[in-house]
Amino acid sequence: MMHQVHPVRMYLTIFAVLIILTFTTVFVAELDLGPWNVFVALAIAAIKATLVILFFMHVMESSSLTKLFVVAGLMWLGLLFGLTFNDYMSRTWSALGKWW
Amino acid sequence: MAANTEVVEHGPELRHHFEQPDQQYQAATLGMWTFLLTEIMFFGGLFAAYAIYRAAYPDAFASTSQYMDVIVGGVNTAVLICSSLTMALAVRSGQLGQRNAVILFTIATMILGAVFLGVKAYEYHHKWVEHLVPGFNWHYEDSRYAHHAQILFFLYFVMTGMHAIHMIVGEGLLLSLVIMAWRKKFTSLWSTPIEIVGLYWHFVDIVWIFLFPLLYLIGKHKL
Repeated sequence: MMHQVHPVRMYLTIFAVLIILTFTTVFVAELDLGPWNVFVALAIAAIKATLVILFFMHVMESSSLTKLFVVAGLMWLGLLFGLTFNDYMSRTWSALGKWW
Repeated sequence: MAANTEVVEHGPELRHHFEQPDQQYQAATLGMWTFLLTEIMFFGGLFAAYAIYRAAYPDAFASTSQYMDVIVGGVNTAVLICSSLTMALAVRSGQLGQRNAVILFTIATMILGAVFLGVKAYEYHHKWVEHLVPGFNWHYEDSRYAHHAQILFFLYFVMTGMHAIHMIVGEGLLLSLVIMAWRKKFTSLWSTPIEIVGLYWHFVDIVWIFLFPLLYLIGKHKL
């Protein structure tokens, strides 16, 4: 069925969480977490993206087919990253030396 | 009328080749998501390029942080999240058939989008003044990274530039929504275009959600 109408309160709540997470990511960037900085930044971005997808884009209550498409998109993105990084990382293993 | 002839009466909100409004709605949503998947792969390639070069030249990439204004970038992030909120509220008003609210929230989204683009233009201008435009106007203070830092600024302009082009397209789509709403095209039974443009606008927001930490917040601490 077409999406039900949600109370404005729900949208405001998601909005507030997104703004808080934006402040959090700026604040966390000031802390020195070593190699974890980029992971924390990406994790916060992923949480924000998930909230937007589920609630602003209404995937939460979309049909199973739409959900399948969204997951398929992320899977293909994973393939793009996985195979590309696999290639570049393993190039240094050869006798030819660094690729750059 | 013969008993085996099916004549289904329906209002103007249902196109004749669909059986029910829900099927029509699902088809539209799924079509938009299919388009967004191609967009995910498009931006995914740019993000992959970013990741590979950042892994290759971590110090050069970290050195660019001092030229990125976190306050300006953060404010722009907040502006874009605000525009996503007004967009979501425009979709909601469309579901309820509230014409004036649709027009108001859509125009609010357009204004916030324009603010974002204005700030972006200000940042680009600033980069030009600071000689940080690779290929055209490049002079990097730290001579150790003068060559490799160019790669980050090249990616910066391509990624934020492609994002900005998507924003400009979105502004055009929003304008068409305002015109359609003005002409009373939407009813509480049919407001699918608002929802579809909403999907696009939120997607563009998500791209920026990842661009902001990757471009503005790297190398606050030396890797």
